[in-house]
Amino acid sequence: MKKQLMSALLLGGMVSGSALGETVYVTLEKDNALAVVDAAQRKLVKTVKIGKRPRGIVLSKDQRQLYVAASDDDTIQIIDTDSLKVVGKLPSGKDPETFAMDPDGRYLYVSNEDDNQVTVIDIAGKKAVKTVPVGVEPEGIAVSPDGKWVVSTSETTNMVHWIDRQSLDIVDNTLVDPRPRACAFSDDSRQLWVTSEIAGTLTVFDVDTRQPVKKIGFKIPGVTQEKIQPVGIRIDKDRRYGYVALGPANRVAVIDAQKLEAVDYFLVGQRVWNLEFSPDQARLYTSNGVSNDISIIDLKQQKVLKSVAVGQYPWGLVVKP
Amino acid sequence: MRVMHYLQALRGIVARELLRFVHQRERFVSALVRPLVWLFIFAAGFRSTLGVAIIPPYETYILYEVYITPGLLGMILLFNGMQSSLSMVYDREMGSMKTLLVCPLPRWYLLIDKLLAGVLVAVLQAYTFLLIAWFYDVQAPLEGYLTVLPALILSGLMLGALGLLLSSFIKQLENFAGVMNFVIFPMFFLSTALYPLWKIQESSELLYTLASYNPFSQAVELIRFALYGQLNLYACVYTSAALIVFLIVAIIGYNPSRGMMQRKGGAAA
Repeated sequence: MKKQLMSALLLGGMVSGSALGETVYVTLEKDNALAVVDAAQRKLVKTVKIGKRPRGIVLSKDQRQLYVAASDDDTIQIIDTDSLKVVGKLPSGKDPETFAMDPDGRYLYVSNEDDNQVTVIDIAGKKAVKTVPVGVEPEGIAVSPDGKWVVSTSETTNMVHWIDRQSLDIVDNTLVDPRPRACAFSDDSRQLWVTSEIAGTLTVFDVDTRQPVKKIGFKIPGVTQEKIQPVGIRIDKDRRYGYVALGPANRVAVIDAQKLEAVDYFLVGQRVWNLEFSPDQARLYTSNGVSNDISIIDLKQQKVLKSVAVGQYPWGLVVKP
Repeated sequence: MRVMHYLQALRGIVARELLRFVHQRERFVSALVRPLVWLFIFAAGFRSTLGVAIIPPYETYILYEVYITPGLLGMILLFNGMQSSLSMVYDREMGSMKTLLVCPLPRWYLLIDKLLAGVLVAVLQAYTFLLIAWFYDVQAPLEGYLTVLPALILSGLMLGALGLLLSSFIKQLENFAGVMNFVIFPMFFLSTALYPLWKIQESSELLYTLASYNPFSQAVELIRFALYGQLNLYACVYTSAALIVFLIVAIIGYNPSRGMMQRKGGAAA
């Protein structure tokens, strides 16, 4: 009886434990694998082999599938979130790295770094419907939540290319600091944030005018300026705070999204690359490329809770509720 | 002899130590300044030097000042232990120890009372240091501030017992400088207070071995884990064993018929 009671309690604990937490999926660039982390237990639960050199990762609209850019296989793989099996692929063009999904979940927009273009993929039809020529070495890509804009940043041309989402034509180009890496829209689609890796800056654009309104620099005691290389960005839904991964500075900068200035820094693993919120935006997950782990940050307590080893070269991550 | 007498003696000794502590504010301030200088100045220079490996009890990357804090708590206890040993020598020279020792209670009991009084003062200093460190953004989980108390007391007793042991050897106040050079500095620098063991091992296997057997290292690790609500059993057993050994030798040392003072012809013998 006692045994039964114990196992019931244990089972109950396990069920409620997994129901509480979300699952984090991390692409491992060097291991050619996908790591699955139970966020409640803060533990790596599984690693599965997928395509070669997986980098960019996006969760489907219905949250049942993952799209993963297998860069060296020149494709985007479709992976079932439950079985973790590859169930299909999308024609991404050559060497896909980063890509973004439409707010309605119908299209993917892929940066093709080698071909200097953005490929638009119809997910349901599994075919490329258009290619948009952009600057040299396109990297960052984002779609505005209101569905008006697709924005691509080109690393070598140092430009932000504003693509009208309806016509899929470039409407405008804006110069930005050297080596723009990532970009993100605020939830109200009124601001676009772009990180410049070499310049070590974050530029905030007003979407209506497509002009920069503020350039934010970073200064961390004890860290040399050349180590500050901003990459991944996340802005919370109320636009109170934004977070920027600072690469080899091993920090995530906290940006006051109203005053547009860096207010704090979280110490995370080495070469922090990309960021993702938990669904309730109470936590932030970071992929740390060199230290081979992800860090879990509690945004309410403003504290890094734990760094969980996941495998070699964690690149991108998504969080499933 | 009734329990009352024992309690009265304990109260007397603790009250004397506390009075001293209250009256000598400079001593309190200077005892705090030492670890604070290490925290604010020394650690600031090495702020981002660690952080390439996660070692228990930490679950993520930490700044150097977070790492060094338990070591500085150990430093407070170490210096206090030595301070009480110094005051024992002083008491012996000034003759106030005679007053204490003529008390019709067992000598071991009086020595333990003295030890407890010293630890009480050290723990107060340790908590003051933790409070200042909190405002400097070196913050442990809240429950850690409670769980660290037994670790501070045990480590304080062990280092205090070491102080007692040393004071039984020291004939004159002037010899105390030797204690600084031969005990405090090697004990502090050859420990996990400033660098983790894996870092020491990278530079020298010998230093690594010495540091891992240093009872001060184990006291620091005990405090480090306790500050994060965890028990480091090995460190706890090691520190307790060291306490028992030091205390027994100190009690023997203070025994006029068998002790070191007798052999050395010390002032109190």
